[in-house]
Amino acid sequence: MSPLLEVSELSSGYGDFQALYELSITVNEGETLAVIGANGAGKTTLLRAVTGLVPTWSGTIRFGGQDLMSVPAHRRVAQGISMVPEGRLLFPSLNVRENLLVGGHGRRPGPWTVDRVVDVFPLLAPLLGRQSAVLSGGEQQAVAIGRALMANPRLILLDEVSLGLAPVVVRQLYAALPDVTSQGTTALVVEQDIGQAMAVADRVVCLLEGRVSLEGPSAGLDRADITAAYFGMDRGTSPDSVGGEG
Amino acid sequence: MEWVNAIVQGILLGGLFALFATGLSLAFGVMRFVNLAHGDLAILAAFLAVSFAATLDVNPFMTMALVVPIMAAGGYVLQRFGFNWSIGADPLPSILVTFGLGVVIQNALLERYSADSQGLDVGVFETRSIEFTDDIAVGWFPVLILGVAVVVLVGLQLFLSYTRMGRAFRATADNPSTARLMGINDRNIYAVVMAIAFATVAVAGLFLGIRQTFGPTDGPAQLIFAFEAVVIGGLGSLWGTLLGGIILGVAQTVGNQVDVEYNVLSGPLFGHLIFLAVLAVRPSGLLGRRDQ
Repeated sequence: MSPLLEVSELSSGYGDFQALYELSITVNEGETLAVIGANGAGKTTLLRAVTGLVPTWSGTIRFGGQDLMSVPAHRRVAQGISMVPEGRLLFPSLNVRENLLVGGHGRRPGPWTVDRVVDVFPLLAPLLGRQSAVLSGGEQQAVAIGRALMANPRLILLDEVSLGLAPVVVRQLYAALPDVTSQGTTALVVEQDIGQAMAVADRVVCLLEGRVSLEGPSAGLDRADITAAYFGMDRGTSPDSVGGEG
Repeated sequence: MEWVNAIVQGILLGGLFALFATGLSLAFGVMRFVNLAHGDLAILAAFLAVSFAATLDVNPFMTMALVVPIMAAGGYVLQRFGFNWSIGADPLPSILVTFGLGVVIQNALLERYSADSQGLDVGVFETRSIEFTDDIAVGWFPVLILGVAVVVLVGLQLFLSYTRMGRAFRATADNPSTARLMGINDRNIYAVVMAIAFATVAVAGLFLGIRQTFGPTDGPAQLIFAFEAVVIGGLGSLWGTLLGGIILGVAQTVGNQVDVEYNVLSGPLFGHLIFLAVLAVRPSGLLGRRDQ
């Protein structure tokens, strides 16, 4: 597997606030990587830096071997990077079909069409003419994922898909992920729900205060190690061991 | 019958107001951009027509083929390399920048053309009319203006509703940074919006110049009418802009009838009163979204 996205020693943030500290991760072509971490760990900033919505302070981001430094956000979509933003951020003036169509604004060639998105998310079939604001959270999230797919991405970034949704809805949405990745699309999934992240991903990276605190194949990681990396505690003092000894 | 005539003339006058207001409405709707130089740009277009008509020795109508593209190109360049720096959640920078631009345009026109009033003479077409009854006659030229206004506004609305680019306009208006995630270059969208705004105000300026005489400092007065049309109809709604223009036109011509002797004052006064009434009762305008 060759690396599709290589982030190396990336520092970034907002204004005076630094969110990422010389962070390096690699996403290989065809794999699904989950990035987990607590609130404020830098997960969303990482995605926004990859899409170009927040500036890179130092370090490099390479995509398909090409340096993205000088590529503005709207051109990165044409290169094959597509994002499902946190909070879904559908366009309220556009109906569902238009929201999907605007995702394909760049006209990058590929298999995704409105019909194809509806095949993957059948719940959208009766909703295409509706305004996006009247949809339920799960329906909106399906539109947001479909909208990102319409760009025919090589790499799809999913930010907090499960946020604010009922667990049953989250499972439905993630059930569609294999349909996406089987097309050869690489996925980078940001999740707070560790169980969900481990279930869908080949590999997991845990962030803590803007740095990588743990990395490994999702099948081979120890739950206690993840907890320690997630909360930034030594293994010896993690809640599990404290509980066990106490 | 005078009153019926006043209303008919008001509707026709409303076409000109709507055409003036189109660019303001679009620029505010897509990018929260308030252009205080809008009226001055109309006057600038009219003066350009004067110059072209004189040097090329053609009917001022013909100069539209030159003036409108030149103004549109100017709008694109100005937005892309200037105004874009002032775009943001806060409309204040755009107000300051365009206020300055308005002053520059007025003084440049004074320098080049002097303070004398000018007119655009298109010949008999200007005065030709159809008489329906003894009291009601409709001029061809005002009908043309209203027709152009309707075509421009309906065309823009269809463009926004049904084209890929129009979709991108609406997406950018909703949320520019998310639009960028869709591969939309919002800076380019803003420049295209300004090109359309300049083109429509150039048409309006030419029509104004044909209708009446104008001087270098007449822009701000036109700006007020355009703003009133936009606000009456509802900010950012193109249908509202057409409706607002017509309501303002009718208010003014009916106001003229109320006091024929002082109609220069009573006409605009009635327009302002209607504007204030709408602002008091329905601040979002007749067709504006209430959530704004």
